[in-house]
Amino acid sequence: MDRVVLHSDLNNFYASVECLYRPEIRNKPVAVCGDPEQRHGIVLAKNYLAKAHGIQTGEAIWQAAQKCPGLIVVPPNFPLYLQYSRLARQIYADYTDQIEPFGLDEAWLDVTASTGLFGSGEKIADDIRQRIREEMGVTVSVGVSWNKIFSKLGSDLKKPDATTVISRENYQQVVWPLLSKELLYVGPATQKKLYYHGINTIGDIGRTTPQYLRRILGKWGEFIWHFANGYDESPVTRTGEEAVIKSIGNSATTPRDLVSDDDVDLLLYALSESVAMRLRESGLECRVVEISVRDNSLYSFVRQQKQPRRTNLASEIHDAAMGIFRANYRWERAIRSIGVRGSDLIPAHSDLQLSLFDDEMRRQKLVRLESAMDDVRRRFGNLSVRRALMLTDQRLGALNPKDDHIIHPIGYF
Amino acid sequence: MDGYANINKVYVEVLAVFRRDGRLRPLALKWEDGQRYSIDRVIDIRRAASLKAGGTGMRYTCVVCGRQTYLYFEDEDWRWFVERK
Repeated sequence: MDRVVLHSDLNNFYASVECLYRPEIRNKPVAVCGDPEQRHGIVLAKNYLAKAHGIQTGEAIWQAAQKCPGLIVVPPNFPLYLQYSRLARQIYADYTDQIEPFGLDEAWLDVTASTGLFGSGEKIADDIRQRIREEMGVTVSVGVSWNKIFSKLGSDLKKPDATTVISRENYQQVVWPLLSKELLYVGPATQKKLYYHGINTIGDIGRTTPQYLRRILGKWGEFIWHFANGYDESPVTRTGEEAVIKSIGNSATTPRDLVSDDDVDLLLYALSESVAMRLRESGLECRVVEISVRDNSLYSFVRQQKQPRRTNLASEIHDAAMGIFRANYRWERAIRSIGVRGSDLIPAHSDLQLSLFDDEMRRQKLVRLESAMDDVRRRFGNLSVRRALMLTDQRLGALNPKDDHIIHPIGYF
Repeated sequence: MDGYANINKVYVEVLAVFRRDGRLRPLALKWEDGQRYSIDRVIDIRRAASLKAGGTGMRYTCVVCGRQTYLYFEDEDWRWFVERK
């Protein structure tokens, strides 16, 4: 028997929530944007009226305002969006425990085993839409199909507040005429390559052979051939399992450009503290430390390094990050944003090979020191205990990466 | 939620009781002008959004002075609001 997979997508999520809470702007073009003072001034989300003016997610506020003079710009309220995301998930959980979130605003639901209780996939999709509209005051588009790829594609076809069913009977009429870029994992580069080989639509992909696509695109060619034909069998991950964290990172676009090793040192401390604290909160340690750097020409790169010993200590993560930075940056340009990430994670309590040559006593003291700081910060806020270094630069030192976390709308890549 | 001033969203003081079974029941509310109204009956309780006031919460459909009115409980910050008529 075929699976019944739903993909639910909250329409214009951030903007819809803002419009619900601000009835006075509901009928005007609205964009939710980051804080230009903090140099985060890009469009994170927009409503349909703003979309009609050609405003796109990711463009700068001034670009958006040029396209649409009456544009209303509102700041994001992430705690509220998280609350709304949770509310939606609670509604999904009434229908299935197999929920795989994709960002805050999207989720796949496998309702195969629930159809006996609640009716067909389309009926469940309609119920969910109605409940989200009435209980939350925002709308979702839902795609219903027998695999994740087509259900996601379906949720994009009709908006807002609509259900699209893609069945084995109709997929060649509904999906195949669409341009190849509508298929998950076909980005602009892949689309171009396919175009040069005369492959324009998803149907063109489906009708060719996997061997041919492999010659053009490598192993991804076979994947997208499977996707185009509805052969995708990837399961919808059960709630909870998705919580397996692969890496923990923080980055900051700084209030002013970084121009020296000292600036970077300070910022890496702020970021490492946040990363280390989040690792400890999750009971994890990292074996790889990674930094990402973006200069003021927006060129960016990522470098990572395996650590001799796994860690969740801010001082060790900082030292590793600073080491990677020094080895890889020659200050040809000033830096606009920088990030630290811990990956290759392992539970903090798992067995550990100690080194004969490290000063284990000193390290244990560091562990106790940082956990004491966690306690103080939990009770009195993240800025209650800080390194004196943070006071040397008022603007950079005031960053609070752990709390100021911006949640960008998720991309596919 | 702060930062969302809306004249149609009126936060009110509510006298409520937690029943022994955990249910929360509003008994009376105080309107902006200080006038107290007792809630005669609760007809329906469900989660609902208020498009007029802007927000969502547990919506208590109450009978006050013989008239039906909605009273919303915002469970994130534990405040009650009504929609201005």
